[in-house]
Amino acid sequence: MKHLLILGGGTGGTMMANKLAPVLDAREWQVTIVDNSEKHYYQPGFLLVPFGIYSMRDVVKPRRQYLPAGVKLVISSIDHIEADKNKVVLSDQSILPYDYLIIATGADIHPEQNEGLVDDEWRKSKFDFYTPEGADQLSKFLKGWEGGKLVVNPVEMPIKCPVAPLEFLFLADAYFTEKGIRDKVELRLVTPLSGAFTKPRASQVLGEFLERKKIEVTPDFGLARVDSKEKKLVAWDDIEIGYDLLVSVPTNMGDPCIGRSDLGNELNYVPTDKETLLAKGHDNIFVIGDATDLPSSKAGSVVHFQSEVLFENFLEHIEKRPMPAHFDGHTNCFIESGFGKGLLIDFNYETEPLPGEFPLPGIGPLSLLKESSMNHYGKLMFRWVYWNVLLRGLELPMGSAMSMAGKRV
Amino acid sequence: MGTINILGKQLAVDADGNLANRSDWNEDVARELAKQEGIPNLTSQHWTIINYMRKVSEKEGSAPSIRRLTKESGVDTKTLYQLFPKGPAKRAAKIAGLPKPVGCI
Ligand SMILES: Cc1cc2nc3c(=O)[nH]c(=O)nc-3n(C[C@H](O)[C@H](O)[C@H](O)COP(=O)(O)OP(=O)(O)OC[C@H]3O[C@@H](n4cnc5c(N)ncnc54)[C@H](O)[C@@H]3O)c2cc1C
Repeated sequence: MKHLLILGGGTGGTMMANKLAPVLDAREWQVTIVDNSEKHYYQPGFLLVPFGIYSMRDVVKPRRQYLPAGVKLVISSIDHIEADKNKVVLSDQSILPYDYLIIATGADIHPEQNEGLVDDEWRKSKFDFYTPEGADQLSKFLKGWEGGKLVVNPVEMPIKCPVAPLEFLFLADAYFTEKGIRDKVELRLVTPLSGAFTKPRASQVLGEFLERKKIEVTPDFGLARVDSKEKKLVAWDDIEIGYDLLVSVPTNMGDPCIGRSDLGNELNYVPTDKETLLAKGHDNIFVIGDATDLPSSKAGSVVHFQSEVLFENFLEHIEKRPMPAHFDGHTNCFIESGFGKGLLIDFNYETEPLPGEFPLPGIGPLSLLKESSMNHYGKLMFRWVYWNVLLRGLELPMGSAMSMAGKRV
Repeated sequence: MGTINILGKQLAVDADGNLANRSDWNEDVARELAKQEGIPNLTSQHWTIINYMRKVSEKEGSAPSIRRLTKESGVDTKTLYQLFPKGPAKRAAKIAGLPKPVGCI
């Protein structure tokens, strides 16, 4: 019996189990997936929880329900991987051997990486919305908040869903407007980037949105520490920004089990071949999603495009044939802009987001790099697509490679 | 793709304004690039960082992040910000004639 072991049963791990289990001969292969929790969260929904658009019940489902029959789910924390011995050690010291390993342990926030972020003011005047607890606590806090300075601060790049801090601000603008207290709230983005976003064309468009919505931007801000008493952010070059309510996106890192296995870089991301998705230097370890060190965005849509590449490559690689598929860095991202509207951007390693129609050239129905209500419905639809299409490993009406059709250069 | 004028020569740059060709770079070019970034003099500490970045980039194909700079160059974050104000990794990469560090998409 050969063992395929999948570490992490989130977006990428679940997709790969659903794609591979039906095609691998069950007499030859045992597929096992390890995760430390029975709960599968729809993370993009965390953005909408603070504003009461989704409740916590809307963003969680039982993990098992999304795994195919025949796949063994082990609920346990992974301690480390012994790559030279082809085995994984769980936190209770039990051992899972493997012939092939797929690492899909994702990324998480690490507020302890910054001085002064986690203390007795954490989740009182300083929140995150990247975890279920953070999103939930923030929604409770916002209900009673009467206004003041709201600062959104992504501490360090890369982060999951790099547009989420901007979306949070757009939605906050709409939320406080509808509550009738927008004039009592000052909104500010404090970012380590030189502008609203990293890609020039999108940065310009999004920058104009921020301006129109009266959201201030402090660029090039490298956070050194948070002073909870004085309620201010202090940068390495001593610039200070005061807040009443801090919404932080703390440093994102790969899981500590990657560090313990000596398989990660300085942020515990696994160095991964950007085309084949094999872990560099390991012929029987593939990596997918947020756990990779790839320069593509850390987003569910990226995981989906990678899953198609990984699927094709895996089936050839186990037969010792050359791997046919190449990942091009394709990313596709809905951006909520508030008041029932949204934008959509589509890009890859080489090509930045461009205006146009998607997925059908000249028709859409979605428009690229432009605000529309259709794009907002696209985002709301995404939750249904996530549970019913993406996780199940089914195809979307577009290929994994980015297409230039319908785009205006 | 644009160009910039360095020491009387037109050198090609990428969308971020960083040198497009590694072969266009030398220490005099670096001193000029530094001036354009508002750094009038490159000290030995600046050169430690610049040389470290070039070494990593040569070996791995891309410039290191600020976190890795702090960890491996022997210069702490506070000093890095004094040497290359605003964005040390971004700025040092530009002066070192390298593309902007990846990982910030
Ligand atoms: C606020 C927010 C908004 C977002 N918005 C969008 C969006 O609009 N569009 C989009 O495409 N993407 C969005 N994303 C990103 C998207 O959710 C992630 O990119 C995607 O879920 C990554 O999938 P993954 O499989 O790599 O990791 P995950 O889905 O995070 O799965 C990792 C799994 O590994 C498990 N695990 C990790 N370490 C261990 C261990 N040591 N032991 C046992 N189990 C372990 C975890 O429990 C988890 O279940 C958003 C994310 C956030 C936080």
